[in-house]
Amino acid sequence: MVNPANLADNQASSQPGTVDMMVNMGPQHPATHGVFRMELRVDGEQILDLVPHVGYLHRGSEKLCEHELYSQIITLFDRFDYISNFNNELVIVAAVEKLMGVEAPPRAELIRMIMCEFNRIASHMLFYGTFAIDMGAITPVLYNFRDREKIQALFESVSGARMMHNYFRVGGIKEDVGDDFVARALALCDDLERGIDETDRLLTVNEIFVERTVGIGVISGEDALDWGLSGPVLRASGVPYDVRVDEPYSHYDEMDFGVPVGSAGDCWDRFYLRILEARESISIIRQAIALMEPGDTMAQIRRIARPPAGEVYAHCENPRGDLGVYIVSDGGERPYRLKVRPPSFCNLQALRDLTVGHYIADVVVILGTLDIVLGEVDR
Amino acid sequence: MLNGLKGLGVTLRGALRSKVTAEYPKEHLPIDNRFMGFPALTWDAARDEPYCTGCIVCVRYCPTQCMSAQMQDNPKFAEGVSHRKKIIETFEINLGRCILCGICVDVCNFDAIEMSHEHERSERLRNANRVDLPTLLDMGRQYQAEVGWKQSKPNAASPNERAAAKAAVEATKAEETPENPETQAADDTDIPEKSGGDAA
Ligand code: SF4
Ligand code: SF4
Repeated sequence: MVNPANLADNQASSQPGTVDMMVNMGPQHPATHGVFRMELRVDGEQILDLVPHVGYLHRGSEKLCEHELYSQIITLFDRFDYISNFNNELVIVAAVEKLMGVEAPPRAELIRMIMCEFNRIASHMLFYGTFAIDMGAITPVLYNFRDREKIQALFESVSGARMMHNYFRVGGIKEDVGDDFVARALALCDDLERGIDETDRLLTVNEIFVERTVGIGVISGEDALDWGLSGPVLRASGVPYDVRVDEPYSHYDEMDFGVPVGSAGDCWDRFYLRILEARESISIIRQAIALMEPGDTMAQIRRIARPPAGEVYAHCENPRGDLGVYIVSDGGERPYRLKVRPPSFCNLQALRDLTVGHYIADVVVILGTLDIVLGEVDR
Repeated sequence: MLNGLKGLGVTLRGALRSKVTAEYPKEHLPIDNRFMGFPALTWDAARDEPYCTGCIVCVRYCPTQCMSAQMQDNPKFAEGVSHRKKIIETFEINLGRCILCGICVDVCNFDAIEMSHEHERSERLRNANRVDLPTLLDMGRQYQAEVGWKQSKPNAASPNERAAAKAAVEATKAEETPENPETQAADDTDIPEKSGGDAA
């Protein structure tokens, strides 16, 4: 696909006989994991420039939030990052709770934590699978979907839905978990551990995989901070920033878990870090289950949340990074303004810097390790 | 090379495992009890009418505005056989628009709406999933039978039952018997009559 305008430009500037080519990638390209379009300027196979185009999935959610009750907004947050729904629900209820000065009962907080960590594993599992597909390895995704399915079955037994849960409430959760939850969750933890090990054996040290990922898309810790990256992408560059540790919410301060940190900041680091993270999540789930005690799951508040006038910013560690929400309230039942800090969107900014100089085939690999979800990028 | 073989070992072992998938239209995976399918209206077998009074609380809280409802005076209340002053007349949910959030179930005060297990409604027409009251009640009845549904609090007494209870109490008083057999109906008179409260 040669853009005639650019062609003319290039012919004027480049050496006679060579022309840079514009290649359009997406928005229907399967490796973009949604509807994301990149305009590549290539010299042969090499990327000279990359212009990302976002907005194909824009639904105006932030504006929509201004017209919805806080209880209804939770359903919209489910649909931002539709791969880690619980983590998204957590940030909005945490923000409204902070603004109202209420706290969820300990049991509710622990259940939320367990759900979020399971969701983190589910999200990372999807990442291993799709990332492998991006590189031409078809098998891992089947294994990962098999295990992710088990997590979703657990979600179904708790919240009634596999993806769009609407389970967290301002001041607690919708209903207590069933009697068999603890046994099921612990058994699932063992299963997942095996599943993660399997992926690890399948991919991590596979020669082809290593060839394709090591040294590709390197970003230094400093640059990563400058770009405002967060989550695994930032930690792979050696910056040990994790909201769960640095500004603990829920009961994360009582948990004993490590924050894996990479060193090279390349694609392999970003992949392997997520394997390590999923293992940490399993350990968090086990600890949280041990702490669970019978009790209330809902604070005594009005059914329709009506926070006082004021503003609040709350953020949580989403599988993709630091997800924040800023609410301005005028004291009504609906927010006056709501702004989301989407980790995928911020991580996506670095894409151009990461890809320039690499080959076309590496673009999908680099984009894959950023692990974007377009629902959250475009909102 | 060796590492590649290790991965191959994983796939080989995977080939020996039993299958985990189900061929969808032929086989169905079991549905959990809490599964949230499309909302459905429940049926009060004791009174032989829907629980729904048409108070439109759910209509107001639905985030997608996919429902509409209209209430009417309950003829059974006039006859004295039901405690519901008002009853639903028409109810429509556009299931194609419903996002299965369960908010309507949360806000209903009368146990009248539940998330059923119905989830397979594919239609050829865009508006074919607008379902009316009879369909919703059918879905509800099916769901109630499936999960052994129970209402969260007993029905209030209907005018006839009240009158009967009052008469019974007076009769026992007149007889001056000390061991008074408390009837269920007499208990029920203590429960304040709630139905139609929001509506009035
Ligand atoms: S809130 Fe309950 S009783 Fe009122 S209209 Fe809705 S389903 Fe019927
Ligand atoms: S489940 Fe949600 S979207 Fe569907 S009818 Fe009920 S409130 Fe509306």
